[in-house]
Amino acid sequence: MKNGRFFRSTAGVMAGAVLLLVLPFVAAMGGQAWVRILDFAILYVFLALGLNIVVGFAGLLDLGYIAFYAVGAYTWALLASPHFGLHLPIWVILPIGAGLACIAGVLLGSPTLKLRGDYLAIVTLGFGEIVRIFMNNLNAPINITNGPQGITLIDPVAFGSFKFSGTTEIFGLALTGPQKYYYLLIALCVLVVIINLRLQHSRIGRAWQAIREDEVAAKAVGINTRNLKLLAFAMGASFGGVAGGVFSAMQGFVSPESFSLIESIMVLAMVVLGGMGHIPGVILGAVLLSILPEALRYGVGPIQTALFGRLLVDPESLRMLVFGLALVLVMRFRPAGLWPSPERRRELEEAGQ
Amino acid sequence: MSRVLLEAKGVAKHFGGVKALRDVSLSIRQGEIYGLIGPNGAGKTTFFNCMTGLYVPDGGGFTFDGAPLHADAPHQAARRGIARTFQNIRLFGNMTALENVMIGRHVRTGAGVLGAIFQTAATRAEEAAIRQRAIELLHYVRIEDRAGDLAKNLSYGDQRRLEIARALATEPKLLCLDEPAAGMNATETAELRELIEGIRSDGTTILFIEHDVKLVMGLCDRVAVLDYGALVIEDVPAVVQKDQRVIEAYLGA
Ligand SMILES: Nc1ncnc2c1ncn2[C@@H]1O[C@H](COP(=O)(O)OP(=O)(O)OP(=O)(O)O)[C@@H](O)[C@H]1O
Ligand SMILES: [Mg+2]
Repeated sequence: MKNGRFFRSTAGVMAGAVLLLVLPFVAAMGGQAWVRILDFAILYVFLALGLNIVVGFAGLLDLGYIAFYAVGAYTWALLASPHFGLHLPIWVILPIGAGLACIAGVLLGSPTLKLRGDYLAIVTLGFGEIVRIFMNNLNAPINITNGPQGITLIDPVAFGSFKFSGTTEIFGLALTGPQKYYYLLIALCVLVVIINLRLQHSRIGRAWQAIREDEVAAKAVGINTRNLKLLAFAMGASFGGVAGGVFSAMQGFVSPESFSLIESIMVLAMVVLGGMGHIPGVILGAVLLSILPEALRYGVGPIQTALFGRLLVDPESLRMLVFGLALVLVMRFRPAGLWPSPERRRELEEAGQ
Repeated sequence: MSRVLLEAKGVAKHFGGVKALRDVSLSIRQGEIYGLIGPNGAGKTTFFNCMTGLYVPDGGGFTFDGAPLHADAPHQAARRGIARTFQNIRLFGNMTALENVMIGRHVRTGAGVLGAIFQTAATRAEEAAIRQRAIELLHYVRIEDRAGDLAKNLSYGDQRRLEIARALATEPKLLCLDEPAAGMNATETAELRELIEGIRSDGTTILFIEHDVKLVMGLCDRVAVLDYGALVIEDVPAVVQKDQRVIEAYLGA
């Protein structure tokens, strides 16, 4: 019986792995744009799992998460582009980016951790905007970020002479840039999933859950709530920093525009929509919310012309409309998220009775 | 006479105009069961909260086990060896009974993020020990068959027991119980009494707030009476019971 389950779950994992491996080739049939969409979906999974540590595990509502993504992105952009003429290798930049984001996380965390819920959300929201505005204005008196124009010609990810941009041939297989990034991102995601899972079922993860459940009781049993919340902030921020670095390298271009409030809200929506604190749910949420809008963007126009012979509604505005409607529907009918953890679903069902 | 474990010196606390504690000084000796009684609103819970760092006293302070207790640092009180339960039970409702007790081990264990991520041998051994100890404590308070149930789904009496188990998991020198018998029937109260006596005979000092006078007088080595935030008397039950001020303030009522 138990053996059967084991075999079935191993078979499931194998099937999933094979699917993930061939996916970029399937997507490539629809054009490299689809592979790029896939890349972003996975990057968002990574980002959402980072935020999940803060929101899902420690229960801290963070609306400025994109700021750490920005810190990571700009770190990469400044240390690997003609802007300063620096071209440092990945194992130097990525740790610096993660470290700086981590410091930013602690900087944001330490004065705000006495705040809770809505209040914390407002402060983090403000922080996110401040970072973006900084990036926008740090072009004078000394030009650090190049302001609203952003930084261009950023180096791609490279290990030695192996570059992730452009097409390379491996074992007779032609891999495009986006396809290579896909595999890099999948590897990063597997890593962050493992970290999430192991943290969740550890002494630290339990303490986070205790803080989420009842902070006073958590203090009374000796949990240093301030340090543990800071830890959650710092860890979430570091993952944001790494994601930002890869984003920067993948795009080859960053500007403050990419780090607006709506991005923070998007990532938070992924975590909440999928099922806060439940790793498969968060992954589902991130994939859906990043692919669905793109699918709508590419799908709505042609369908309209096919049906009515002309464009009735601008695809871009329809996209946001459908998106908003989907969010409302999910919150109405599946308030615990699309794929919540069994406990969380029970919680909400009982609360509803 | 055994040595003093906890000493309160001139502890005062007010909330706006309400003087919840006025200059309360008392001392609890190693190994005794110490009762804290008084009418509703006398300041008993406030005393607990000041001692465990949830409130910062407006005057005075505590010495515990030979060194001062820092105000405003609840987690340090637990580390020093003060564990407590709450008058209005505060469990981690959506965690299982076992997990609740495992949380209690947090302060006596040390696995960090890296240990968890790399699943080092030390981390795994510690995790197993945490689980083992938690199971033992559930047995100790006799709710081992509820280990896998969510804390919020336990019966009232079991929740009280679970809260005690969680407190014991922190390896306290002083266990503070805030009205543990509230809402219990006669059988449950008798069982609770047995449990408290057992904990004491294991070497833990106990401070408890209780309204059930019979229970307090029967169980405690010494009793302190609070009234309107002030200490009325601190003595053995036989003396306290006969004290005129106590009878007026509390027992007679
Ligand atoms: N956080 C608070 N803010 C304002 N007033 C408070 C607070 N906590 C306690 N008080 C007041 O302090 C006084 C003492 O309250 P406390 O809870 O310590 O009494 P108690 O002896 O535990 O009573 P009971 O037997 O009802 O539990 C009361 O008048 C109460 O209203
Ligand atoms: Mg009380």
